[in-house]
Amino acid sequence: MSTTPPLKDLIVCPNCDAIYHVAEPKFGERAVCQRCHTVLIAPRRRAGAQIIAVALAVFILVLAAAVTPFLSIEAGGARNSVSVLDAALIFSGGPLVLVSLGTVAMILFIPLLRVLLVIYVLFPVVADRPPAKHAAWAFSLSEALRPWSMAEIFAIGCAVALIKVADLAQIAFGPAFWMFCVLTVLVVVQDSFLCRWSVWKSLETAK
Amino acid sequence: MQVVGLEIPRNGKVVTAREIGVVGCQRCTKVWPLGTKRCTRCGATIVSRDHKALQRVWAWWIVGLLCYIPANLYPMLQTRTLVSVQQDTIVGGVVTLINHGSYGIALVIFLASVMIPVGKFLAIAFLALAAQRGTTSPSSQRMGLYEIVEYIGRWSMIDVFVVAILSSLVQLNALAAVNPGPAALFFGLSVIFTMLSAQSFDARLIWDAERS
Ligand SMILES: [Zn+2]
Ligand SMILES: [Zn+2]
Repeated sequence: MSTTPPLKDLIVCPNCDAIYHVAEPKFGERAVCQRCHTVLIAPRRRAGAQIIAVALAVFILVLAAAVTPFLSIEAGGARNSVSVLDAALIFSGGPLVLVSLGTVAMILFIPLLRVLLVIYVLFPVVADRPPAKHAAWAFSLSEALRPWSMAEIFAIGCAVALIKVADLAQIAFGPAFWMFCVLTVLVVVQDSFLCRWSVWKSLETAK
Repeated sequence: MQVVGLEIPRNGKVVTAREIGVVGCQRCTKVWPLGTKRCTRCGATIVSRDHKALQRVWAWWIVGLLCYIPANLYPMLQTRTLVSVQQDTIVGGVVTLINHGSYGIALVIFLASVMIPVGKFLAIAFLALAAQRGTTSPSSQRMGLYEIVEYIGRWSMIDVFVVAILSSLVQLNALAAVNPGPAALFFGLSVIFTMLSAQSFDARLIWDAERS
């Protein structure tokens, strides 16, 4: 075995185990695994502050979208409009209550929790302070919850529901539907700004 | 956006961590000496190759499949109007939509509730078997398949959300009412379990399995 460089200068691709010498990219560049094309490092200038700003916007939008109606229906004089909370609480009674708990979790609680975790982790980093207590744990949890945050799928669900009952009654989008559409874009933007390698590195060096 | 190459330690050929006697953290990509149990940077447990992971993949896969069966047998939605009461299973709902001429929505629901779940069961089984027994199919193709499974699997949840939306929205007293059926629960569980199955899979096994 020839000489191995210091381990701290190396990076391993989590998806294919290829090992590289870290050649830290400049802002806006990306370091991509040559074997499986996973993006390993993608730093951005002022990414932390931008992510926090987007996270705050997401937080407000989720709260507002939870209580304002996203669809309203009218047929033969009867009228009904529903918010996400109404929709999530419809499966009351019996085992179907699990569906409502899951729905509320995936479209409200998990997105909100992720926002709080991301702000908690990134704020000290941006403010040049030592990392918050248990920041590594908080960031791990936020990453683990990512696939379970489903606000964007709910937005498409609204559109499908609208077309599904279009011939049964007159239905229209409420303000919360448009909030969910904006939310979908913001979540994508937030994820593309976040360079996980940079976050882990900043949590480590400041320790 | 410019892509920069990472330097490869040996001349030209990609080297794996295992080949040079180190192990990488799958959560934060930090490198540790072989035999390290826990990454002190992020707290993740470290294993060079997680073969137990395949047992978890199969366990979640089986539970997910068991839930997918009642999800198709029970009604997803019960629609009551002045003139009729109609109960639709997943496939029945698609047929109803086609009869009403809503081909686009029929396609969306068919994709999300039938094609994606069935395709996902097959894809995960293929990836796990290939990792266990070796395969001649190229690693890059299997990696592509794994990425598609990870990315698309969550979208199956759309049908559960549509049921939740319709059941709360269409409550027009005597005129019309939509109520959820037991299939909504089984289908939601099936999506969750198959997501867990895919997440349990150790993607590094994809690259080890290729027979040269
Ligand atoms: Zn890779
Ligand atoms: Zn780690």
